Amino acid sequence: MPNQTEQGTHSTFLSENLRRRARYQMVFLLLVAALVVITVLNINTGSVAIPVGEIFRILLGQAKDSPQYSIIWKIRLPRILMAALLGGGLSLSGFLLQTFFGNPIAGPFVLGISSGAKMVVALTMIYALHFFSHVSSWALIVAAFAGSLMSVGFILLLSRKLKHMAILLVAGIMIGYICSAVTDFVVTFAEDADIINLRGWSLGSFSGMSWDNVVVAAVVVGITSAVTFTMAKPIGAYQLGEAYAQSMGVNIRAFRVALIVVSSLLSATVTAFAGPISFVGIAVPHLVKRALNTSKPLIVIPAVFLGGAVFCMGCDLIARIAFAPTELNISTVTSVFGAPVVIAMMLRRQGGKAA
Amino acid sequence: MSDFYFSTQQLTVGYDGVPLIHDITIDIARGEIVTLIGPNGSGKSTILKSITRQLKMIGGQVFIASEELRRLSYKDLSTKMAVVLTERMKPELMTCRDIVATGRYPYTGRLGILSAGDEAKVEAAMAAVHALDLRNRDFNAISDGQRQRVLLARAICQEPEIIILDEPTSFLDIRHKLQLLSILRGMAKQKGITVIMSLHEIDLAQKISDKIICVKGDHIARAGEPEAVFDEDAIRDLYEIDQGTFDPVFGSIELPRPVGEPQVLVLSACGTGIPVFRKLQKQGVPFVAGILYTNDIDYRLARVLAMEVIEEKPFMPISDAAFDRALYWLDRCPRVINAGVEIGKGNARMAELIEKAREKF
Repeated sequence: MPNQTEQGTHSTFLSENLRRRARYQMVFLLLVAALVVITVLNINTGSVAIPVGEIFRILLGQAKDSPQYSIIWKIRLPRILMAALLGGGLSLSGFLLQTFFGNPIAGPFVLGISSGAKMVVALTMIYALHFFSHVSSWALIVAAFAGSLMSVGFILLLSRKLKHMAILLVAGIMIGYICSAVTDFVVTFAEDADIINLRGWSLGSFSGMSWDNVVVAAVVVGITSAVTFTMAKPIGAYQLGEAYAQSMGVNIRAFRVALIVVSSLLSATVTAFAGPISFVGIAVPHLVKRALNTSKPLIVIPAVFLGGAVFCMGCDLIARIAFAPTELNISTVTSVFGAPVVIAMMLRRQGGKAA
Repeated sequence: MSDFYFSTQQLTVGYDGVPLIHDITIDIARGEIVTLIGPNGSGKSTILKSITRQLKMIGGQVFIASEELRRLSYKDLSTKMAVVLTERMKPELMTCRDIVATGRYPYTGRLGILSAGDEAKVEAAMAAVHALDLRNRDFNAISDGQRQRVLLARAICQEPEIIILDEPTSFLDIRHKLQLLSILRGMAKQKGITVIMSLHEIDLAQKISDKIICVKGDHIARAGEPEAVFDEDAIRDLYEIDQGTFDPVFGSIELPRPVGEPQVLVLSACGTGIPVFRKLQKQGVPFVAGILYTNDIDYRLARVLAMEVIEEKPFMPISDAAFDRALYWLDRCPRVINAGVEIGKGNARMAELIEKAREKF
């Protein structure tokens, strides 16, 4: 008899495992499908509509002389890739910060990290252009990274004093405002020639991406995301809290530093190329975890990256075509879709607490 | 020293370099259950946090299996020591089984994927704490008692040689307290896992522990086997009890006795007096109890609740002294309650006393 029940419980565990796996596969499949559809839509639509058949022919390297060829290869493709890379990186950065602070509302934008990066990038662009004719992508990433670390460092200092998470978030938002104010200040008093690119950039946009940008972003985001993936195990331990993670053998000090560096680097890269983009870092990880019904980093990390890519590509598509030929800022669109998700999430949590 | 699995030498603990408790020297053998007791804020958690390396030790040394704690890497320590902490864990979208499975962390590969062997150990750990039915439940949606069991399963799953628990029975009802402690007991005795924990319930501490450590002020007030540590005065001093008493024999706690001129003489034997004593105590009526043999179960309670106990040595006929004392109180008390006395050869004079009481009223 006891043997029978033993088998019974074992099989429920196995079937539960199968159910979970099926769910993961389903979510990944849907994300990949969405990625493909949105990519095609993105290439297809715009001031010049390109039929789907034509797209595939051009992507395969045919019809090199047509104007569509250069539209796709020079304008639309780099932009799409950039939206995918940066969207993925941004979402991943949000997921890491949420893990770090143990709060689902933490994110690069909310904590003022994006704004810190924006400020240093703006300063760099304005002052570096006095001495050099051109600021390289790498220099911008370094500047954004420095700005991110500055904001994070400040938040961490505050977090020693402020144990209450809500106050810490408010502090992050304030840091964001201060950095934005400084940015606005220098932009206002900069010479017009210096800030032609800055205006659009500081509001957030994926437009005007070159293949050089794509390569740099792919290298940085690719490596950082890969590193993040290898950190899946300690991230999982950290989700139970610092003390438990340490008791499982995680070197907390080193791990925390690694987490901050990786998440700052990701959000810095995004800011360097596309400016600050709001809500993606909070909304996407939340939606993805809900869809997967797990927070296991091993599954969630790739899914969040994919989800972020899909989300940003979709938002960029809307930004381009909604009021064409006028283009919207990317943050305008991500806010419209992201903010309600965040509100719903908070309501749900509050409801959960009351119950 | 090598006889002991875990020992501390002149350990000093505290926060931010400020010593709170010093000169902690403890030796614990493999498979022993050791409990820290002491008033709130006495530093039990500080000691536990220091020996689990969440807090930096300020001085002294800690040895686990004759290796110095500070020399062990976190990874090495994780295969020897598991913890159950007081801090509330609020994981997101994790089932109880997911939580237990995190105990396998030190044994899995780079990506933390569980092997079939790991899965079996997770199941075994859940079975050990009777939590198999919780397997697929969300960890945030279960009761405190269930949560503690799941966390214990997590610790067991880590296959440690020593488990440290910080107040594992807080928030649990009596059934779950007993359940948890008997699981610990079984683990310690059958698998030889050493257990160090802090408890608020001194009565339970006395019953489960092989060793008790009393933490008070800036030092260890007392340490040793429960029989040696638990005397009435020691507990009174440790917790500064000024209201009521703690009876170390059964680990029972009593509220203070009603004080004043005795109003009632209670005649009882063999437990019949207990409900009467309690009732009088609740009503705040001072009373005298008698004539009780010092091995009578009524005697243990009367000692702490009655203004006076008229006592007699066990198995002896009632002496004149005791009888006269009883008559004295019979005379002075406005009321007498006969709770029921079994009359035998030894206490034959009780019948006489009861007769006298009848005459009086």
